[in-house]
Amino acid sequence: MFENAFTSEAWETAVKVFLSEFPLAIWETVYVTVLSTFFAILIGLPLGVLLVAGDKNGVLPLPSWILKTLGVIINLLRSVPFLILMVLVFPITRTIVGTVVGTPATIVPLVIAAFPFIARLTESSLRDVDPNIIEAAQSMGASPLQIITKVMIPESIPSLLSNATIAITTVLGYSAMSGIIGGGGLGKIALNYGYYRYKYLIMIFAVILLILLVQLFQTCGTKLAIRSDKRLKNKLE
Amino acid sequence: MIEIKNLSKTYKTADGAVEALKNVDISIPDGDIFGIIGMSGAGKSTLVRCINMLERPTEGTVVIDGTDMVQLDGKALREARRKITMIFQGFNLLMQRTVLKNVCFPMELAGIRGREAVKRATELLEVVGLADKANVYPAQLSGGQQQRVAIARALATSPEVLLCDEATSALDPTTTRSILDLLSEINGKLGITIIVITHQMSVVESVCRHVAILENGTVVEQGEVGEVFSNPKTEAARKLVFPEGDTDPVIARDSEEVFIRVVFNGAKATATPLIAQLAIDKGIAANISYASTRSIGDGSYGSMLLGITGGPENVQTAIDYLQQMPGVIAREVPVNV
Ligand SMILES: Nc1ncnc2c1ncn2[C@@H]1O[C@H](COP(=O)(O)OP(=O)(O)OP(=O)(O)O)[C@@H](O)[C@H]1O
Ligand SMILES: [Mg+2]
Repeated sequence: MFENAFTSEAWETAVKVFLSEFPLAIWETVYVTVLSTFFAILIGLPLGVLLVAGDKNGVLPLPSWILKTLGVIINLLRSVPFLILMVLVFPITRTIVGTVVGTPATIVPLVIAAFPFIARLTESSLRDVDPNIIEAAQSMGASPLQIITKVMIPESIPSLLSNATIAITTVLGYSAMSGIIGGGGLGKIALNYGYYRYKYLIMIFAVILLILLVQLFQTCGTKLAIRSDKRLKNKLE
Repeated sequence: MIEIKNLSKTYKTADGAVEALKNVDISIPDGDIFGIIGMSGAGKSTLVRCINMLERPTEGTVVIDGTDMVQLDGKALREARRKITMIFQGFNLLMQRTVLKNVCFPMELAGIRGREAVKRATELLEVVGLADKANVYPAQLSGGQQQRVAIARALATSPEVLLCDEATSALDPTTTRSILDLLSEINGKLGITIIVITHQMSVVESVCRHVAILENGTVVEQGEVGEVFSNPKTEAARKLVFPEGDTDPVIARDSEEVFIRVVFNGAKATATPLIAQLAIDKGIAANISYASTRSIGDGSYGSMLLGITGGPENVQTAIDYLQQMPGVIAREVPVNV
C-alpha cells in the first residue's frame, strides 16, 4: 500500500502541505489539548478530592450513596470508547458550543472523556498522602477543609503534576481522533490526507509531530514534577 | 490537671471486638512529666489518642482543666486541640514545606499569619536549636532534627499539654537523650504538662516523675517513678524492671540475705563506687546480685539489686546511706514477692 508513498512527487506535495497547513494544525492540536485538559482538571480534581475525603475513613465522610453514585458515573464514562462518546455527547456539545462540528466543538467530548480519568488519577495521588501526616494535622486542630487545602493537595503536588502529565498526553491522543467529527489539528490532517487521499507521507509527518508533542509534554511534566518534590534529598537546585 | 476516668475503648474489627483499653483511671498533675509504659499492643497509643479525641473512647471521661474532652465536637474540639498538641514516632512533618513553614503551620490553622507567625516560629526554632535550618526541607534533616522541628511545631500554639507517642523510638540513644533533655527543659521553662508514651524503661527513668504501667489495656501500677520501679508489685512491672530475666532472682534465694533494690534516677553517683563507699563508710558489704545501670550524660539510670547480710539494722543503715544520695532510691524488697 505504500508503494507510491515516497516518490519525489509525493515528497513535494508533502512539504507543501507541511508548510501551508501544519502550523495551524499544530496550534489547533495544542490549544484543544491544553484547554480540554484544563477544563477536565477543573471538574476532575474536585471529584477526586471528594472520592478521597468523602470516604468513610476520610477527613469529611459523606453518605455512602453519594460516593457510590459518583463511582458508577466515573466508571461508566470511562468505559465508553471515545469514538462513540464523541457522538453520544452531541446534544451537550450543541447546548454549550452551538454546533457539533469544528475545533471548539471537540473540546466538549474531550473534557467529558478526560474528567473521569483525571478524577481517578487525583484519587490515587491523594490516597498516597501519609495518613500519619493527616492525623498530625488533625491533632493540631485542622478542619477538614484545611486538611484538604493545606495538607492533602500541597503534599501530593509532585504526584498530581506527574498525573496531570499523563492526562495531557492522553488527551492529546484523543484529540487526534476528533478529526473524525470535524475537529482540526494534526489528527484531521492525518485522516484527510492519509486515510481519504492515500497521501501516506503527510500522514507520517502528522504522526511524527504528534509523537514529538507527546514527548515535549511528557518531558516538561516530568521535570516539573521532580523539581516540585521537596522530598528528594540530593537534587540539584 | 488531667483526669482520665473509667476510660474504655473497644475496636470493632472483622474478627470481633478488640478491647484496647479497659477502665483506665489516671490522674496527671499540672506541670508533670508523666510516663505511660507498656509492651507493644498494651494500648498506649490508643490511650494518648483518646486524650485528644483522635480516637473516641467507648466509655469514660477525659477531663482536662475542668473540660471533658469527650463532650467536645467540631470547632470546640479543634480549638481545644491547640492546647493539647502531640509529637509522633514518625515525626509527621509536612514534607513539601520548609522547616519554618512547618512551625508556622499550626498558627496558620489558627488564623495567625504573616510576620507575627514567622517571628514566633523563628523563636521556637531557636529554642530547639535549629535556627539555622529554617529554610531547608524536612527531607534534608536527620531524624533527631526532624523531631526537634516537630517539637517546635507542637509548641507553636502555646499548648498546656504535650503528648509524645514513642517520640524517641526511631532515634539512636544519644539523639534520644538530647530529645529527652529538650523535653525536660521545655517542661521546666514553660511548665507544660508532658505525657510520654514509651516501651523503654530508660525513657521513663530519665525524664518522668510519675508513671503508669499499662498491660493489656489496663493500668496495673501507677505512681512516682522511683516508687514503682524500686518496688514493682506486678508481673508486668517486674518484666520492665528486669527485661532480661523473667523471674526476680529473690524468689530463688533462701538465705538470711535481705534484698534492697536501688534505683538510679539521674544520680550523680555510679553503681560500683557507691557500693565500695558503703563498705568503707558503714562497713556493710553488699552483694550485687543484679545490676542494670547506665550513665547517660552526667547521671546514672537503671536499677540494681543488693543482697545484705547482718540483720535488719544493717539493712536500714544501708538504705538510709544510699537514699541520701540525690537521685537514688532504695527500698527493701519484700521476700514474698
Ligand atoms: N484502629 C484499630 N482497629 C482495631 N484494632 C486496633 C486499632 N488500633 C489499635 N488496635 C488494637 O488495640 C490494641 C492496642 O493497640 P495500640 O496501638 O494502642 O498499642 P501500643 O501499646 O501503642 O503498641 P505499640 O507499642 O506497638 O505501638 C492492639 O491489640 C491493637 O491491635
Ligand atoms: Mg503505639
